[in-house]
Amino acid sequence: MSTELFFVQLINGLQYGLLLFLIASGLTLVFGVMGILNLAHGSMYMVGAYLVWYFVAVTGSFTASAILSAVIALGLGILIERVLIQRLYNRNHLDQVLLTIGMIFVFNSLQSILWGNDPYGVAVPEALSGAVPFTDNSSYPVYRIFAALICVAIAAALYFLVSRTRLGMLIRAGESNREMVEALGVNIKSLYTIVFAIGVMLAAISGIIAAPMRSIVPGMGESVLITCFVVVVVGGMGSIKGAFVGALLVGVISTFAAVLMPTMSNMIIYIFMILVLLVKPQGLFAK
Amino acid sequence: MSRITTLASAVLATTLTAGFSTSALAAAGDPVKIGIMLPFSGIYAQLGEAGRDGLKLALKEQAEQLHGSKVEFIELDTEAKPSRAPELASSLLNQHEADFVIGPVHSGVAMGMIKMLRGKDTIMIIPNAGSAAATGPLCAPNVFRTSFSSWQPSYPMGKVALDKGYKKVYAISWNYGMGRESLDAFEESFTAGGGEIVEKVLLPFPSTNFQSHVSDIADEQPDAVFTFFAGGGAIKFVKDYDAMGLRGKIPLLGSGFLTEGTLQAQGEAAEGVMTGLHYAEQLDVPKNQAFREAFHTEYGHYPDIYAVQGYDAGQAIASTIDQLEGDISDKQAVISTMEQLTIDSPRGEFTFSRAHNPIQNIYLREVKDGVNVVQAVAAEALEDPARGCRI
Repeated sequence: MSTELFFVQLINGLQYGLLLFLIASGLTLVFGVMGILNLAHGSMYMVGAYLVWYFVAVTGSFTASAILSAVIALGLGILIERVLIQRLYNRNHLDQVLLTIGMIFVFNSLQSILWGNDPYGVAVPEALSGAVPFTDNSSYPVYRIFAALICVAIAAALYFLVSRTRLGMLIRAGESNREMVEALGVNIKSLYTIVFAIGVMLAAISGIIAAPMRSIVPGMGESVLITCFVVVVVGGMGSIKGAFVGALLVGVISTFAAVLMPTMSNMIIYIFMILVLLVKPQGLFAK
Repeated sequence: MSRITTLASAVLATTLTAGFSTSALAAAGDPVKIGIMLPFSGIYAQLGEAGRDGLKLALKEQAEQLHGSKVEFIELDTEAKPSRAPELASSLLNQHEADFVIGPVHSGVAMGMIKMLRGKDTIMIIPNAGSAAATGPLCAPNVFRTSFSSWQPSYPMGKVALDKGYKKVYAISWNYGMGRESLDAFEESFTAGGGEIVEKVLLPFPSTNFQSHVSDIADEQPDAVFTFFAGGGAIKFVKDYDAMGLRGKIPLLGSGFLTEGTLQAQGEAAEGVMTGLHYAEQLDVPKNQAFREAFHTEYGHYPDIYAVQGYDAGQAIASTIDQLEGDISDKQAVISTMEQLTIDSPRGEFTFSRAHNPIQNIYLREVKDGVNVVQAVAAEALEDPARGCRI
């Protein structure tokens, strides 16, 4: 591999890793704060992609569609938490798994009923459709650079939210001792609703950002969910910092694996996960 | 009441058909049972629905060829899951005693069905799954295919590449039957003519993480790229290829599924992609125009290749019943009649090979303004080599 190609692949890997982080951050946030393992997280990613595809077809504007889709996802998150998830806080993980698996089927059927089973694509918005020359032979699409920057910005915002704001303080407090937070007069119920809705919105935003780069197909949520679990397990369940590092590692490793040993590439990240767990059974940044 | 009606109609039927041979009596009395084993849910649902709609349209249009036989459809959803195939096929065979079984879309499901139906009295007609084995090592007298073998769309593309002056080609696909067989077929004709495959990449199915490979192609600078992808993967690959600035620099060739049912989603990224296939929507054949309009009138949208393949399965059934004058009780006669058929397909006329795969034209198409435009006939009346088939 030439040095040039090495750097191109490194950038591919980092860009993929940043997107993975964005998807995984919601999953790990919800698990860390609420102890809920949301298997329907991938479905939210799918919902984001389908919503933005639908609104772009209707309105023609990517920006407007993206904002509208994200807001709808936030509302959907509040609805799901209030109607379904809230009943599960005092139940065990098995019940949570059953409910959220059920939600996967519901969302897949809804997708099939509302939008059909054809594969769809979203055009890259006009302003971001160019490419910057990269090496002699290839160029790098502007949209991918933009997508990576958005992911970084959201990661920074999430970090700021959790470590510097009052809401973040409550989230951290809720993570470590729920009863104590309640006893201090904080409305933990609405805090949980907010956290869950943010988690859903993060997944949907990833779907929105990924839409112009990927194909929008039935089952897209499940495929991303599994990779997300690898990221979260490698990073340490519930740790946002862990998800960030884990996502970049998984992104870079799977990109290089795909080039160097294509037939085995799907296996490599799982092998990597096993190796990490052998050394650190709780993940890299476990609490 | 219902018993009286049944009795009355039975008496009536006996009176009307008195004088016919007993087998004709049976044929006129029993409906023709057509089992449909297609995916109606999951990622291939659209393909399954199109195949079924085409099949039903053919049997409706050609109702008079059925010599008064009623048609009964039994629809089973395969969900494109190979593990369910033997069980569903077995129920069509034993419980419903289907005369014909139409299916499937997915090659993995096809293997499960063939295992169960091979050599039985039911005629199996495959309206899509292109697996080489179905009309190769696993071929059987009662198994027919109205679609294609994986070899057919890709083999002629090797020669197309050579004719265009490409010497070094980068080949990439998924590591499963259809992907491997497509690349092998291309390689077979391309290397025989002096071409060189500089790299052959097989990705795990259904991974769509193509970015790193597209970067690799940009670095390698081959004369052209040959590929098989379908559905969501096809969309992603073509878009990634374009996004990395390779479109217009390194020609992209493929098995026709790269641009079937995906053009709207691929948008401008697909412009100039050249593929080989046994059909094109704008194909200039009178039967094609008639079929497209009839399909549109019936279902409110235009048909795709999967509808064509289902339609031809329906035509094969109707013509066979017609030639046997409604009596399909002798399965040997059904098979030998089907073997002799010339199907007036929207893709142009075709006949069955000795392994029961269509002998058909493969067209070279190029995407222009979002349409697969036929450039030439890449191979005329191409017959699959049917390696390993002993009939």
